[in-house]
Amino acid sequence: MPSLGADMESAVVTEWMVKPGDKVKRGDVVAAVETAKGIIDIEIFEDGVIETLIARVGDCVPVGGLLASYSGSGKAVAGAPQAMPPARSSRPEAGARPTAPPATARPVDTGAPRQLASPAARKRAAELGIDLATLGPGHPSGAITLGDVERAAARGAAAGVPSTGPSAGPTDMRAIIAQAMSRAKREIPHYYLGTTIDMTRAVRFVAEWNAAHSVTERLLPGVLLIKAVALALEKVPELNGFWRDGRFEPSEAINVGAATRLRRGGLVAPALEAANGQPLPTLMRQLQAAVERARAGRLRQTELAGATITVSSLGEGGVETLYPIIHPPQVAIVGFGSVVVRPWCVGGAVAPASVVTATLAADHRVSDGHRGSQFLVEVDRLLQEPEKL
Amino acid sequence: MSVPTDDELRATILDSLLSVAPDVDAATLDARREFRDQFDFDSMDYLSFATALHARLGVDVPEVDYPRLGTLEGCVRYVAAALRRGAAS
Repeated sequence: MPSLGADMESAVVTEWMVKPGDKVKRGDVVAAVETAKGIIDIEIFEDGVIETLIARVGDCVPVGGLLASYSGSGKAVAGAPQAMPPARSSRPEAGARPTAPPATARPVDTGAPRQLASPAARKRAAELGIDLATLGPGHPSGAITLGDVERAAARGAAAGVPSTGPSAGPTDMRAIIAQAMSRAKREIPHYYLGTTIDMTRAVRFVAEWNAAHSVTERLLPGVLLIKAVALALEKVPELNGFWRDGRFEPSEAINVGAATRLRRGGLVAPALEAANGQPLPTLMRQLQAAVERARAGRLRQTELAGATITVSSLGEGGVETLYPIIHPPQVAIVGFGSVVVRPWCVGGAVAPASVVTATLAADHRVSDGHRGSQFLVEVDRLLQEPEKL
Repeated sequence: MSVPTDDELRATILDSLLSVAPDVDAATLDARREFRDQFDFDSMDYLSFATALHARLGVDVPEVDYPRLGTLEGCVRYVAAALRRGAAS
């Protein structure tokens, strides 16, 4: 079981996509596990042939516990690194060490065809101990909704069906956020910087682009912010990477986690791989797909665990400033408030302008305010030439 | 191509909505209330929703028209009109 973030201790196996004897290639999805951040697709990091599936569907497996063994390398599927592996840096042997036997949870899936259901419905059904398969298709699309589950629960309660009550554990997102943020506040000596950035050109660029392009190619201002952060990190690399075992591990790859709010509560930050190298339309589609998968509760392992820095952007209609908290083991996080129109000085005159407040929280064990300031100045400079992003 | 009925459109639009926002509860949807108020829709949701409508119905909604996609009933009216224009041309 790979660690899908410093805040994860275990996960429940919900599905195997392979069986013994199957050939697998690096990057293939071999299993799905359920965590507080939804169902995560587990990828394999080497070519090989699956030998045995050790964990069964329904098993709760601790991080480092064995999921399966495969040949080709003679190693077991388990401890993928926490970071998105730059090729060859995976450490499968890390998970091969003996660990406590997996604690068996009640089965969550019997391998029967999966009943379509929203994540909110799935979660509530699990809390109430309701089998989704007994509910039948609720909605025209065939997917069971939260409402279907609540109604079934009301019927069940009336009929005296026992409820197992809410279960805490690896899928309790609020507890997991609390754990990660408490660790950040306890261990990371944060420093904070903020600046106001003129977004006039960036906003105009997006409006003109969108007027000229089909809906499938449109941009949001947020994607320019992510790209500017990724490019600025090339100049200030001490904000990009991890603090592990008492030292900074810089990351060559710039994988920007895009903090995404979930309607059922909580948030996740799927990683946009190599964001500094992607053209804006590509990055936009990647962001859209990641947000959709995050909200559907179905992210890939590399998306969930691969971010080397996080960007938290409030989008439209919110407040001007947010003061973000670093997500360990990362060493920096960038916040953007909503874009607002404010009086702004240009060439000695005051005129209305679209502006955004950018904030940086960074780890003082790795960098200091001077470098952080240079980083935000670079983000500002990049956003003044949106056509070059 | 024949223009679908409003009921067919409503079903397809609802389907598009759930494909981009699988965490909303369709059973509690109020067809006349703004998605923004009901489901906390943001600009990303509107863009993805417009993209899904384009994929399913072939309607390319200009950005300035996004506000008209704010409610389920508004969407049905807007898309029906756009398809009629398309069928007529």
